[in-house]
Amino acid sequence: MNTHTPLLSVNNIEVIYNEVILVLKGLSLEVQTGQIVALLGANGAGKTTTLKAISGLLKPEDGKVTDGTIEFMGKPIHRLDAEEIVRRGVFQVMEGRRVFEHLTVEENLLAGAYTRRDRHAIPRDIERVYTYFPRLKELRRRRAGYLSGGEQQMLAIGRALMARPRLMLLDEPSLGLAPLLVREIFDIIQRINAQEGTTVLLVEQNARLALRVADYGYIMENGRIVLEGSPDVLQDNPDVKEFYLGLTEVGKRKSYRDVKHYKRRKRWLS
Amino acid sequence: MDRFLQLTVTGLSNGMIYALVALGFVIIYKSSDVINFAQGDLLLFGAYLAFAFVAQFGFHWTLGVVLTLVAAVVIGVIIESLVLRPLIGEPVISMIMVTIGLSSVLRAIVNAIWGPRPQSFPSFIPTQDIYIGSAVVGADRLIAIGVALAFLVVFTLFFRFTREGIAMRAIADDQQAALSMGISIKRVFALAWGIAAAAAAVGGIILANIVGVSGDISMLGLRVFPVVILGGLDSIPGAIIGGAIIGLLEAYTGGYVGQGLNLIVPFVVLVLVLMVRPYGLFGKEIIERV
Repeated sequence: MNTHTPLLSVNNIEVIYNEVILVLKGLSLEVQTGQIVALLGANGAGKTTTLKAISGLLKPEDGKVTDGTIEFMGKPIHRLDAEEIVRRGVFQVMEGRRVFEHLTVEENLLAGAYTRRDRHAIPRDIERVYTYFPRLKELRRRRAGYLSGGEQQMLAIGRALMARPRLMLLDEPSLGLAPLLVREIFDIIQRINAQEGTTVLLVEQNARLALRVADYGYIMENGRIVLEGSPDVLQDNPDVKEFYLGLTEVGKRKSYRDVKHYKRRKRWLS
Repeated sequence: MDRFLQLTVTGLSNGMIYALVALGFVIIYKSSDVINFAQGDLLLFGAYLAFAFVAQFGFHWTLGVVLTLVAAVVIGVIIESLVLRPLIGEPVISMIMVTIGLSSVLRAIVNAIWGPRPQSFPSFIPTQDIYIGSAVVGADRLIAIGVALAFLVVFTLFFRFTREGIAMRAIADDQQAALSMGISIKRVFALAWGIAAAAAAVGGIILANIVGVSGDISMLGLRVFPVVILGGLDSIPGAIIGGAIIGLLEAYTGGYVGQGLNLIVPFVVLVLVLMVRPYGLFGKEIIERV
């Protein structure tokens, strides 16, 4: 259908953990260059697994892409090592921030630049990260383990920027942060997308927020995509409203009294 | 007072050799959580390699030392890729057990090539006595302290400032996150073993200059345990200061209390440290945010 190749296309992949547990069952999605794409879904739907399959981080967890292909810029990457995938321009910001606690803020940023060949440009890029996150500059010599949750999330995103990725995979950047901070982080994600031209694939629990910044959205359940579309389309879908945005059909907030007698069945299941 | 000074120099020079061996130990532990029981045998191997290059092939000692270091790095990398790498992902205890086997194998190889008889080492470090006040200390001891300290400084700087040094510390902190940065775990582990073998070889060369080469010098590997436990298994400054403390303690107890006791004291310290500060003087504290 599309004549130009998408930046990332995941075609019908199957992921198996420990050679028995089937987590992704024929999942497909596409990310166009320059977009922010949201991947939504309940706990255990396989969102994180999808990101790890793309970034090559499944191997150390005994996970494997057993079927299907993942193509980045038209070339298959699902058999490559994580290292090589980072070199090609895909960088995952893992869930739970995962900063290097005993390294300083600046050393964390340097670690993010590990695969860069143009070493001389690194000091300039560190300054660039500081313009997005001025707070990090004040903390540059502080050990990352002593940063607050929000600061750590900023560091995790800044560290990703240091690799100058074409595609950034963000796994739940809002996890455990105060609402105001979440808003700030999402604003910065949008700015990075606009100013650096970094394409973003975003996994989120907070569907409302994710759909606000995204250009396109996928909803997954039980290891496959069940619904996709532009944010407007998804927001208008009654099932999405009910199960992801917590609204009833009339647009009111749902009350717990109704939950008991009326349990709506998701239409895409039938 | 003179005696005190002599004992101090002897203790410090031994301590710095401990520190070099401990450094290798710490590097391997830091990057891969493996406790390397073969560290003392790497020292032995290094000493014999230098012996072979300088005494048997007759190279000038500078060339001999360079060749020894290169060979040590190569051997470290080979050990990692042949013995340890297939075990990545297996329980750490298996990897630790394998280093015990490795220790026997290395010792057997040395025995097979060079024989069990102690041999004198063509000391290239000057050995004349130097008078500090009225105390007499061997020049070789002073030089040993200087050389060891220089190497320790170089390694410390490497970890602080270089790309690979930062990568190694990143892996020590969070292996999976390091992997997501594109840091190659295989490469870093190989590097860790290479550096560990080189550091041990430097210690081996210095030691061989002072006491000659024999199978016994690998016993030093065992005495390094109190050093790393005292300093903290994952701390490089800890390895240096721990080495100095244990070396001095040994020298003072040997000199003032009685020979023989100096062999026990480090292990008494080991037990005390484990009771009071199990993570050592400089061990990584676990960062807890509140």
